[in-house]
Amino acid sequence: MIYLKLFLNFLYIGALAFGGGYAVLPLISQQCVMKNHWLTMSEFSDLLTISQVTPGPISINTATFVGIKTAGVLGAVLSTLGFIIPPFIIVTILYFIYRKYRNLTFMQDILSGLKPGVVALIGLAAVDILIQALWGEAAVSLNTLDLFSAFIALGVFFVLRKWKTGVISTILACGVIGVIRELIENLIH
Amino acid sequence: MIQVFAKFLGKEKALGKNISKLSHWTIFVHTFSISAFTIGGGYVMIPLMRERFVKKLGWISETELTELTALGQSAPGAMVINTSALMGYRLLGFWGAICAVLGTALPPLLILSVISYFYEIIRDNRYVSAAFRGMSAGIAAVIADTVFSMAAPYFKEKEKPSIAIIVLAFLVAFFLDINAAFIIISCGIAGIIMGAISRRRRKKL
Repeated sequence: MIYLKLFLNFLYIGALAFGGGYAVLPLISQQCVMKNHWLTMSEFSDLLTISQVTPGPISINTATFVGIKTAGVLGAVLSTLGFIIPPFIIVTILYFIYRKYRNLTFMQDILSGLKPGVVALIGLAAVDILIQALWGEAAVSLNTLDLFSAFIALGVFFVLRKWKTGVISTILACGVIGVIRELIENLIH
Repeated sequence: MIQVFAKFLGKEKALGKNISKLSHWTIFVHTFSISAFTIGGGYVMIPLMRERFVKKLGWISETELTELTALGQSAPGAMVINTSALMGYRLLGFWGAICAVLGTALPPLLILSVISYFYEIIRDNRYVSAAFRGMSAGIAAVIADTVFSMAAPYFKEKEKPSIAIIVLAFLVAFFLDINAAFIIISCGIAGIIMGAISRRRRKKL
């Protein structure tokens, strides 16, 4: 009954996955690597690398990957479903409370604290991705700074502010620039 | 049972010029096409959702989307899936939420299912990593742009308590390795305290 086991396991992870993203990784590695041996540690770290170059939240990617490795496509679907269901139930309750009490002063106070908090967390995501882009695996210092990436980031920020270009096309253009740079570097060496 | 449940949650009047285009199918299509570009983690989806649902379609206001993002972050699970679900609820009730969640979860599920069979090639390919490196620089800028737009009103209105929350929450999250859900909940509590203080002050005046 590997299917049921996968489903229940990700149901459990989903219910406890507070904070989302990288905050869930210890829980996932505990359940999938240490306890059930569905992945080896090196497969798990491969997964983190692939997660970065494929779309989607890292936790969903993990559920899919573990499911596929252990029980094929159906396993992937069940793991992902298991991971999504507990948060969905909690979010449903939250939405009901939010809609019912949104206009109360108490709820307004909470929201007036939450909104700047979200701005801060999104800002943190920007900084994390920027560090990843400018330094990659290297330690953060002036010598290891990838000037080209820094230039792209600054340029894109300027372009977005000034001309309000489309988000998807801008990101794709950056990917193309990255590949062109790699091609040119290959030609030079 | 589900029907009763769906009615119980109901839908709210949505706004905007493109409201005639709002349907379960279009919710699915838009979340699907956005989700396929959330490379580098969930937070990339926030600028994409703002662009699509607030600016282009006008189905939801900016403030509401921010509030739903905050709720999505405080529940367990992937913030993006939660925020999509909440937005779906807001637009078309229960089935809207289901469509939004499916639209958001399917692209990563499909793409990773395919990739997991030959991931070594992708992991070791220098052009993939070069494209990724370029894209992350762009994504960082895109998210930073969103943060500036979201923070601008607080700075224009000189709302000192909100600015303090932004700065403090950022510093705490960056330097101390604290769970994001915990930070969001602390911000909610800070909101309650600040609300009480400002009301007391107004009473005294």
